[in-house]
Amino acid sequence: MSDATLSFEEAMEKYDPVLGFEVHVELNTKTKMFSSAPNVFGDEPNTNVNEVDLGLPGVLPVVNRAAIESSIKIGLALNCSIAESCTFARKQYFYPDTPKNFQTSQYEDPIAFDGYLDIELSDGTVFRVEIERAHMEEDAGKLTHMGGAAGRIQGADYSLVDYNRSGVPLVEIVTKPIEGAGSRAPELAKAYVAAVREIVKNLGVSDAKMERGNVRCDANVSLRPYGRERFGTRSETKNVNSLRAVEHAVRYEIQRHAAVLESGELIVQETRHWHQDTRTTTSGRPKSDADDYRYFPEPDLVPVVASREWVEELRATLPEPPAERRKRLQADWGYSDLEFRDVVNAGVMDEIEETITAGATASVARKWWMGEIVGRAKNADVDPGQLGVQPATIVELSRMVDGGKINNKMAAAVLDGVLAGEGTPEEIVAARGLAVVSDDGPLLEAIDAALAAQPDVADKIRGGKIQAIGAIVGGVMKATRGQADAGRVRELILAKLGVEG
Amino acid sequence: MTETPTGAIPARELIRLSAADLANRLAAGEVTSVEATQAYLDRIADVDGGERGVNAFLHVNAEEALAVAAEVDAIRATGGEAAGALHELAGVPIAIKDLIVTVGQPTTAGSKILEGWHSPYDATVIKRIRAAKMPILGKTNLDEFAMGSSTEHSAYGPTRNPWDLDRIPGGSGGGSAAAVAAFEAPLALGTDTGGSIRQPGAVTGTVGVKPTYGSVSRYGAIAMASSLDQIGPVSRTVLDSALLHQVIGGHDPFDSTSLPEPLADLVAAARMGNVEGMRIGIIKELHGEGYQPGVENRFNESLDLLRNAGATIVEVSCPNFQYALGAYYLIMPSEASSNLAKFDGVRFGLRVLPEDPPLTIERVMAATRASGFGDEVKRRIILGTYALSAGYYDAYYGSAQKVRTLVQRDFDAAFEQADVLISPTAPTTAFRLGEKLDDPLAMYLNDVATIPANLAGVPGLSLPGGLADEDGLPVGIQLLAPAREDARLYRVGAVLESLLEQSWGGPMLDRAPALASTADSVDSSAVTAAPNHGGSL
Repeated sequence: MSDATLSFEEAMEKYDPVLGFEVHVELNTKTKMFSSAPNVFGDEPNTNVNEVDLGLPGVLPVVNRAAIESSIKIGLALNCSIAESCTFARKQYFYPDTPKNFQTSQYEDPIAFDGYLDIELSDGTVFRVEIERAHMEEDAGKLTHMGGAAGRIQGADYSLVDYNRSGVPLVEIVTKPIEGAGSRAPELAKAYVAAVREIVKNLGVSDAKMERGNVRCDANVSLRPYGRERFGTRSETKNVNSLRAVEHAVRYEIQRHAAVLESGELIVQETRHWHQDTRTTTSGRPKSDADDYRYFPEPDLVPVVASREWVEELRATLPEPPAERRKRLQADWGYSDLEFRDVVNAGVMDEIEETITAGATASVARKWWMGEIVGRAKNADVDPGQLGVQPATIVELSRMVDGGKINNKMAAAVLDGVLAGEGTPEEIVAARGLAVVSDDGPLLEAIDAALAAQPDVADKIRGGKIQAIGAIVGGVMKATRGQADAGRVRELILAKLGVEG
Repeated sequence: MTETPTGAIPARELIRLSAADLANRLAAGEVTSVEATQAYLDRIADVDGGERGVNAFLHVNAEEALAVAAEVDAIRATGGEAAGALHELAGVPIAIKDLIVTVGQPTTAGSKILEGWHSPYDATVIKRIRAAKMPILGKTNLDEFAMGSSTEHSAYGPTRNPWDLDRIPGGSGGGSAAAVAAFEAPLALGTDTGGSIRQPGAVTGTVGVKPTYGSVSRYGAIAMASSLDQIGPVSRTVLDSALLHQVIGGHDPFDSTSLPEPLADLVAAARMGNVEGMRIGIIKELHGEGYQPGVENRFNESLDLLRNAGATIVEVSCPNFQYALGAYYLIMPSEASSNLAKFDGVRFGLRVLPEDPPLTIERVMAATRASGFGDEVKRRIILGTYALSAGYYDAYYGSAQKVRTLVQRDFDAAFEQADVLISPTAPTTAFRLGEKLDDPLAMYLNDVATIPANLAGVPGLSLPGGLADEDGLPVGIQLLAPAREDARLYRVGAVLESLLEQSWGGPMLDRAPALASTADSVDSSAVTAAPNHGGSL
């Protein structure tokens, strides 16, 4: 049974939302956080493991220096202070994806702390999100629950565990409570996670693919009456793994909390599971501040010391900050302010950059992403980048259109074919027998027929009302089943009627 | 081909040679490694099994040991560069405490929960022993997960003290100590978290060394308490321990807590042969009240010998040592509760399914741990879990860590006044099997003199100091040095050993009652009667 919700507008009238995010970033180091096993996604299960990742008796961890470098870079990019010395701790709980039954993490002294990130919202305002800490830890293995309901461990017949992910280096970025976002909370949520993803991608420290879990977001939401200082009870929606989902999950939780509070009930402090299909959350496990993980300092590791010289060396290697990068890209591409903001808000800036790098012009790249792909992604309820469109496909389609081989309408249909897995654009064009009719003979016949069918329109055009030509062009296109070049058809009609274009 | 006078040394003498002596004779071609290894395997077959056998070994690795021995012999026989490149201890057999993982042999940690488990990787110390081509005789008994002071907590039955088969051999490394004392091996590896090398050394009349924390890699030693555990040598002479320490020690990139600097020349220190001008400190808090009179007498004799040899004996006070045992029994169980969490039946070792449904992962883990762990292990897991719990952490684990700092400061102050500290290793001689099994606190008190070194990370050595007047059983003398100064232990230890042996007219183990072969009919009275040694021992 789904929970009751209040409309977002009503919820916003009555309550002030407070947000908080824990974003886990998987680092793309060659080896794991504490072992020399390869850190590679997508290999056969349990092949990228050694005795350390399996937590066999007698093993000891050794910290990956590259992971520390990446963590410091992330900290610096988030405007954090970097600890001169920091330690690891053991977070203890029994779960079969955690081979040692504790996770080696940082607790009291994270490597990076006290930072901020300025987030630009769609109305152009800048919202500052305070970063409490960014700490290093190791990922758990991946469980797949077979049988039973809903892929959960409860009720499963059996579970499979893949330890390839066990020990993959993670940086967990934790915000301070985010107050004052008001009705922009869902948008801010999405924009914040997008900004973090952009930063780690530009730093080159993570593959930053949300669909692969390289960037994972836990979203905390609580409501309080306007004017009250004390926070309400929060819920934590786990593993919200697309930008759209972050926005929707925050929006849903605000509406759900508001309904609970309106009915006079109390919010249960708990984790929530996000369901992409219904865009709702369901109750997970109770979570209280008294969860006892029996943290204690990891005795098998010595403190990580980050000398100021090292930190400054790393700071010098940082790429340009996102805001500057945006300015540069907008200038390079020649987009208007509005066009560029739309691109950013649609979350396709990186995709457009890749498409231009692959050989498209800036305007073609924007036309395809904004005009075709964003809409398709919305219908499929995924982020545009997750739809599977390759920059090379767009370049190929665009060349076919420019070469007059197909027209724009056909190209869009071919793109659908590519996404449906029918092959490359060229293969699909060949298979479907698509080609622009460029022989004037059949076109002239069709034009004659169309003019004969609509003599009044023909007269209007002759009389100088050239804008009426659309009806005739439409008739010709219909007769040629869309395979004519509309531009050529127009020329021929005007020539036929002896009118200057 | 080098001529090898087969059978030149009778097996009963061969097994009593020190490792250094055996190494020399191997190098000189007086004996082969196969002969020596076979002699030890025969001795193990002779005295270790059966109802009243020593039970030092949980696994005997005869085939592989003989193969390594034959390889060394072949290299020696060929001569030339390969023979010249052989390690000093090549061909000298060794026994390994079954807490250290080995490829090709089971590793049980003395627990049912690991019964039949084979490690797919070698501990770093094992890699080094293999590189030195030392035949591994097998794996020795221990208290389960090294938790105990008597080896009675082994899931595979207690080890017996070769001096008196009704008495404990100490623990947790009773197997390694008893194997060396009973001439079943010339050398062994132990692990020492609170005294598990030194206390068994003391009660079996052998030498045991806990190196400086970080001196020997812990990679592949199944962890009890990570910040206290240290692998170290067990032998019959101080020089032999130095030789073995030199093989296993030194930096290891697989252990983050391993010291970066190269190992000092410990063998040279053991051969230095003088203590003149050295300041040797008696720790006021580690003798006297609570120590058996016979232990105290032997301790005082050692002080006299050192004084006569030109050392200055001073007295130091370490007032915080009185809190060391309490702090240890919070830190050790805390770390152990965490280190032992991995034994859950999911990936390796024993898996027990609950008798009744539902068959959930939590219930499988619980059933496995309930049936796989023994009482002492459970006791420490529960203690440690409690000590780390929210609301108790500061009072228990936090306070214990403060005491640990105070103990380190006591050592720092003491080492300003003395180069080496000295104390009895254990307050009493070996007690009877079963005597303290139902009294954990009495059991824990055995380690009162050894625990401070683990808390501070400093090295400690125990060597035979004679036999107690009241029971004729071995007494251990403990030497302690500052961190990274393990060489001082070998220097002073070898001198004291030599002075003591001069006073006795030979090694102390020569006075141990001969073990009845298990093949013979057992006459327990012959080995349990208190030997009639003079009070000077």
